[in-house]
Amino acid sequence: MGSLIPASQTQGPQAILVGGSAGASEVVSLVLGALPADFATPIVVVIHLPRHRPSALAGALGGKCRLALREPLDKEPLAPATVYLAPPDYHLLIDPGPSFALSVDAPVNFSRPSIDVLFRSAAHVLGPGCAGVLVSGASPDGAHGLRAIQQAGGLVAIQDPNDAAQAAMPEAARALCPDAPILSAQGISQWVQQLSAWQTSPRRGAI
Amino acid sequence: MSGEFDIELPLLLEAIHRKYSYDFRSYAISSLRRRLEQALEHFGCRSLSALQERVLREPEVMRGLLAHLTVQVSEMFRDPSFYLVLRQQVVPYLRTYPSLKLWIPGCATGEEVYSLAILLREEGLLDRSIIYATDINPEALRKAEAGIYELDRIADFSKAYCEAGGRGSLSDYYTAGYNAAVFDKSLRQGVLFSDHSLATDSVFAEVQLVTCRNVLIYFDRVLQDRAVALFRDSLCRKGFLALGAQETLAFSIHAAEFSEFVREEKIYQRR
Repeated sequence: MGSLIPASQTQGPQAILVGGSAGASEVVSLVLGALPADFATPIVVVIHLPRHRPSALAGALGGKCRLALREPLDKEPLAPATVYLAPPDYHLLIDPGPSFALSVDAPVNFSRPSIDVLFRSAAHVLGPGCAGVLVSGASPDGAHGLRAIQQAGGLVAIQDPNDAAQAAMPEAARALCPDAPILSAQGISQWVQQLSAWQTSPRRGAI
Repeated sequence: MSGEFDIELPLLLEAIHRKYSYDFRSYAISSLRRRLEQALEHFGCRSLSALQERVLREPEVMRGLLAHLTVQVSEMFRDPSFYLVLRQQVVPYLRTYPSLKLWIPGCATGEEVYSLAILLREEGLLDRSIIYATDINPEALRKAEAGIYELDRIADFSKAYCEAGGRGSLSDYYTAGYNAAVFDKSLRQGVLFSDHSLATDSVFAEVQLVTCRNVLIYFDRVLQDRAVALFRDSLCRKGFLALGAQETLAFSIHAAEFSEFVREEKIYQRR
């Protein structure tokens, strides 16, 4: 597989954002399981979940993941080699720092956490310094946020709707981001790995 | 577009502060931005400058904007495990005081106030308690004082009440009307609903418990420190501070002035 990173990108992301809903945890588990323990870029995951806490997601994803994995606290700074899971019944946002912010504002797209809320705040605060990917899900949440990341200059990718357990979320994303790469679950895994490899050894021409 | 927004934002907050004394200048930026984007849409304003023009000249626009900037969505007995721990581990301490004062800052529309009042009633403490329920939004305070909630929310509230160790049925405490549940007014006999700002006001009473859950998440770290200092100065020695599930004193300059009482539920005790 060739490089998935366009030559116009000169700097690696400060955070990789992953959104999904029904059918997403298998994909996310695959992506996280393939990452080395020293994967530098913080990863932030929003998967729509039942509201009660503690969430079962950390247990479900944690088994195969070599990175630290936790639900962020309010104002916690993003740290390397860590996967952050949006806590149930809160919106998760990125504030300048970058650090995490939480909110109990009304659900968006019937969801709290909402992927759009995270992606839009990250696009605003990190600009081209964030990368976003949307995977399987039965809701249109996240599509506007993904477009916001793209418009801010960040890299985006979408799981191939034919490869996803639920096509609605990737379909909605493709409609709003028609030029985003459409990748299989395996492809997304490689895409994420390239993002960090490229950050640790910047290509020629990078400042 | 976003560049102009970032220029206009501090100007609007300054204008609101000067004209109405509401201080949002130290609110956490990303949530504030979301709420203002929604307000722009609601008021049909093209920009924050356009909104500022109206806010300065039309007080009713400020009232509407206040709702956008402050309203959070809470539930009765949100996080039942917190209320269970409060009942089992904090109430035994509260029982030792001949009279109790408790403070719920940022009480919004009162779900937490009634949750606490019911818990205290069931523990036989409500009659000797004063609960200060404060907020900056007068409309929210009016709703809190009315104690009327949509009937379709009650099933969730009831379930949470049971999980929180409720001793009876939530329906013991309300009368169902057409589309709403009206909570028993005896629950708020000892509740003082009042305007108070964590950003601009000061200490007003000595209390044994402050429960301020999911309010500080809307503040930046400087304002959080101010609020936590108010809590510290309001609490008696060994008094309790309860925060929301994802909130922590770990990043506060006042962290050392509290000890963790029940870590998992974010209940702290003043040293």
